[in-house]
Amino acid sequence: MNLKVKIGNLELKNPVMTASGTFGYGPEFEDFIDINRLGGILVKGTTLNHREGNAYPRMAETPSGMLNAVGLQNKGVDVFCKDIYPKIKHYDTSIWVNVNGSTIEEYIETAERINELEHIPAIELNISCPNVKEGGMAFGVSCPSAVAVTNAVRKVYKKTMVVKLSPNVTNIAEIAKAVEAVGADGVSLINTMLAMAINAETRRPVLSTITGGLSGPAVKPIALRMVWQVAQAVKIPVVGMGGIMNAADAIEFLLAGATAVQVGTANFIDPTVTLKILDGIEEYMHRHGIKDIYELIGGLKLN
Amino acid sequence: MTNSILPKKRVEDLSIIENRILNEDYFVLEVESQHPVENIVPGQFVEILVNDSKNTFLRRPISIYDVHPQRNTFELLIQIVGEGTQHLSKLTQGQKLDTIYPLGLGYTLSKAGSKVLLVGGGVGIAPLLYLAKKLHQNQVEVHILLGGRGKGNIIETERFSEFGKVYVSTNDGSVGEKGLVTEHSIMQNMNFDMIYSCGPDPMMKAVARLAFKSTIECEVSLENMMACGIGVCLCCVTPTTKGHQCVCTDGPVFNTRKLLWN
Repeated sequence: MNLKVKIGNLELKNPVMTASGTFGYGPEFEDFIDINRLGGILVKGTTLNHREGNAYPRMAETPSGMLNAVGLQNKGVDVFCKDIYPKIKHYDTSIWVNVNGSTIEEYIETAERINELEHIPAIELNISCPNVKEGGMAFGVSCPSAVAVTNAVRKVYKKTMVVKLSPNVTNIAEIAKAVEAVGADGVSLINTMLAMAINAETRRPVLSTITGGLSGPAVKPIALRMVWQVAQAVKIPVVGMGGIMNAADAIEFLLAGATAVQVGTANFIDPTVTLKILDGIEEYMHRHGIKDIYELIGGLKLN
Repeated sequence: MTNSILPKKRVEDLSIIENRILNEDYFVLEVESQHPVENIVPGQFVEILVNDSKNTFLRRPISIYDVHPQRNTFELLIQIVGEGTQHLSKLTQGQKLDTIYPLGLGYTLSKAGSKVLLVGGGVGIAPLLYLAKKLHQNQVEVHILLGGRGKGNIIETERFSEFGKVYVSTNDGSVGEKGLVTEHSIMQNMNFDMIYSCGPDPMMKAVARLAFKSTIECEVSLENMMACGIGVCLCCVTPTTKGHQCVCTDGPVFNTRKLLWN
């Protein structure tokens, strides 16, 4: 049975990855799972400089999901390279860094540093974080700015580059086509949906930032639709995510056209869920007599 | 911290041995583990999955109340505050509890011969029973002040009295001294080596101020809203002298000198 998939020049041992910001850097999950079995892990969103993130409260539980407004809290790329990378580089899985910036220059500089790390074969260029005042999603919601940042980072980053897209747009397929045209090796989607929670008793917003990003099963149907639309529009691989809680959810994304999937919010509820999803995909393939995962990818039957 | 070697975290379906209803607001679940529980540190907590409750998507963080290594069980003291805890209160013996545990950093245990005060408010007394037990085993002189709005919020005093001298205060004076915990007579003579506290934030802040004035070390347990419990979602942060730290993994217990409370 073949589970291997290719994103750009990069081969993953299977299509199950973790979503950035839901898996720490990996060591946090060592008590729970064998990380080496995963297709890949996305480490926490990384910026050029240290970021404290937004004020508490940053989270709201909502029906079948949650809002977050963390705001890219991280120690900065230098601390990642010096202190964190040495502790995770031995993992026998594909480790990608989610790269963020407030300006194009910051994206470039961060990507250049990551480019030097031997055991990081790919970056996920995050132009879709809804929780920062500058940069982030602002780059991902129009074609010209998405192209500008993708093009600039493409010039300095030599390995596999996947661009993470925002769902907070009218036509996500257009953005996907635009970044494909300037050298993205793949696109990943969806980031969280801009959303809001209000406490009726206090008449105040629940989040310190008023708005935040919605994730979890509540967004899954929207994510599936967007993955389907983008997969129809581009030739590069699509990495699908949005509310994946189990193997059936993951298979739905593969059928819609995703070459790999990322599991996010589900890690908060069950830190062993990624391997259950991987086992579940294998079980599904056995049950349906599928020998190659590529038979599932884009395998949606329309008649 | 004395608890630098922490037990391995795991996800386990724990068997419910007993659901002891204390009154209409509080209940105690005793659960049995398939793994040794003796390394659990006072102040650590669990994350419980609430099944079949459509408005509870995330796990619920609950303090570990007491640990019984000889029968491989531990207890959880829970207040019914919403749909999730309401659902948990209906669980019965033999049912399973999908639990991630043990989580977080616990309290620092004081040395033998020292004299300490534990201040708990409402359901905030939960992590203090196992702490009192461990301190008592360590030959520490333990004083315990339990506070609440009224009589119904003062629970389990007889269990605390096994491990130290118990004092009570209520806002309405229905039991113990009337007033806030910080107005209790035991707080007027602050000759303690250490103060441990857990309860509502305003209470812990007031306790911390009194401790600070008397130059007594003070540790508090915070209960910020949490998603993962394992330090990856970065949602439960509190501002500290070292920047934003996760209550779930850098706490829930913090020395108040580290918190930016003033």
